[in-house]
Amino acid sequence: MAIGETIRNSQIWKSIFRHPMPLDRRNRIVVMLTNFFLHLHPVSIKKQGIALSFTWCMGGVTFFLFLVETVTGVLLMFYYRPTLEWAYNDILALRDVTSLGILRELHRWGAHAMVITTWLHMYRVFLTGSYKPPREFNWVVGVILLLLTLLLSFTGYLLPWDQLAIWAITVGSNMARATPILGYEGPGQQLLTIGGIDMITDGSDARFGLLGARFVGEETLNRFYVLHCIAIPLAVALLLAIHFWRVRKDGGISGPL
Amino acid sequence: MHSNGFFLSDVAGFLGGYYTFLAVMNGIAAVILWRQQQRAGWAMVWATFAGAMMILASLALSGSASMVPVLPAAVRGLVNQLSGPVLYTLGTTAFLVLLFVFRKFFVQPMVAWTVFNLSLLLLGLSMADENFAAIVMKPDNVPIVGLVYLLAFFTWVATKQAVVNDERIKQGLPVMEKVNDEKVLVWPDLVYTELICMVAVSAFLLVWAIFLPAPLEEPASSVKTPNPSKAPWYFLGLQEMLVYFDPWYAGVVLPSLVVFGLMAMPYLDFNKSGNGYYSIEERKFSYLVWQFGFFELWITLIILGTFLRGPNWNFFGPFEYWTPYKVEVLNNVDLPQMFWVQWLNQPLPRAPQDAGLLVQIGYILLREAPGLMVMGAYLVLLPPLLAITVFRGFYAKMGFIRYMVMANLMLLMLTLPLKMILRWTLNLKYIISIPEFSLNF
Repeated sequence: MAIGETIRNSQIWKSIFRHPMPLDRRNRIVVMLTNFFLHLHPVSIKKQGIALSFTWCMGGVTFFLFLVETVTGVLLMFYYRPTLEWAYNDILALRDVTSLGILRELHRWGAHAMVITTWLHMYRVFLTGSYKPPREFNWVVGVILLLLTLLLSFTGYLLPWDQLAIWAITVGSNMARATPILGYEGPGQQLLTIGGIDMITDGSDARFGLLGARFVGEETLNRFYVLHCIAIPLAVALLLAIHFWRVRKDGGISGPL
Repeated sequence: MHSNGFFLSDVAGFLGGYYTFLAVMNGIAAVILWRQQQRAGWAMVWATFAGAMMILASLALSGSASMVPVLPAAVRGLVNQLSGPVLYTLGTTAFLVLLFVFRKFFVQPMVAWTVFNLSLLLLGLSMADENFAAIVMKPDNVPIVGLVYLLAFFTWVATKQAVVNDERIKQGLPVMEKVNDEKVLVWPDLVYTELICMVAVSAFLLVWAIFLPAPLEEPASSVKTPNPSKAPWYFLGLQEMLVYFDPWYAGVVLPSLVVFGLMAMPYLDFNKSGNGYYSIEERKFSYLVWQFGFFELWITLIILGTFLRGPNWNFFGPFEYWTPYKVEVLNNVDLPQMFWVQWLNQPLPRAPQDAGLLVQIGYILLREAPGLMVMGAYLVLLPPLLAITVFRGFYAKMGFIRYMVMANLMLLMLTLPLKMILRWTLNLKYIISIPEFSLNF
């Protein structure tokens, strides 16, 4: 007890935590205002708004899963090399040799779970009419986040470089070559012709842009790896910040007006 | 392929655990009900059910493959024989409509619990079928089984509250969410919930990761195409749409419209009530449109695409072996073919050999005139027609632009079920078929 007191009164402790222990009402308010990790929250909240049967916690779980994916993903990046030579073998090693190979399971099942919880979160927001004014724009941000979640999952699906991976991506990305005007099998691509030369070919259409090649190959692996590990997570992080900020600004956790 | 001893002895351990879990779950339910004074009858029911599950568990674990409880072969055969895309779609639709119409009945906890237990029992009995297990137990398909139960659970949670609220609104009482508008401090009430949630999710994920290895198939080979080749499970609804539409529409335009429609939703829904609480009666139209899109056009299609589409994207019953040699008759006809050849009994209009581009386009337009007129009427005439009839009130409240966006989005959404029906009834392949410009619809 005395030791605890000494530690909490020390200069080091006080320099890290800007508030006393949140044991009484005053300090429970102070802690929400002065702690970086907690300042996302309001100080007080409608009791009804945080009832489990009302919110389902799915937005929070989705965010937590995003953090799990980030941490396991970064750890997996230490093992995994996104090249034709190594990609499959590294995953094989994660399964059979590497001590913490379960990181891959956590990452994969976390990703599936994240897609599901995103849907459930949207479902709850719809059912409680929480997209209605003043929260319209935050719903739009949420739809973009849904899209990015699916793209994160889709780009990650390729990385193990097994049959499941490349054929799922092949089937998925084949759609892009049917993009109207911009896909070489899409309607109206014949319109983009200059001097009898087709502008849209299998080497210049939307699918080529997505894959970086005419078929799912090494360029695609590299492209998807960068999208999966850097580009999309950064976009998600930015939109998440906006999403959370708007929750607070648009009237806090939803409830009857 | 017939269920054989090897498979059954492999799956027996799992099923033993599964039935034991059901028994324990219902045992606990019985105890809880027993303690609530008036629920003794139900407590007896679930205690008996738990006992029956224990018997199934011991049968599964008896060590003899022939003792593992499984749906009778005759039933499985019948299900296989009856099932097809038409019955599946109509059946799931009827089931969802039934749940909606009789929601006051189905939200009662004991009714929901009965449905839940029966579905779990059916799942267990089906799992002892080799063909069923082969698909459902594929590692990447397991989340979809979870998704189905989660959706069912949360729909129940939401509908239960909506039913109560609707009743209160009818009686002029405030909704439940409004009754208690007390405020609490976020520390400790919310932060502790979040902490417990994080621990629970981490534990759940760890258990899942320990017991179910992530899939890893043979190394990638661009020359060995698997049959069937499937997109990741969350895109299988889109892949299923390819049965009815060309990729430009099913794979590019429709998904873009879904995203656009979702974003537009808060700006189209002018109904101010039902904001911040569960209710169905107050916003029946938007509720039904959403549920139709989400369940009918997204979730059931994913389930169909995942569990019931096998090699060559043929339909297979839940207990059917996925043979690549199944042959399905493809006798689909395009609308121009129907119109000119079958109805007018004359060949398709075709431009002369050396005709210029404009003449060729003229002939194409003539050939496709019936389809273009149908689609023109559908997308151009129908919205104003609806505006002065069924959607008169909507039009007055929404104004021209908002109304037109909503009407067109809804009509485009309905192209999928309409095309399904046309395919099943008339074997219609394309309404518009202009292969010259890769434009088939």
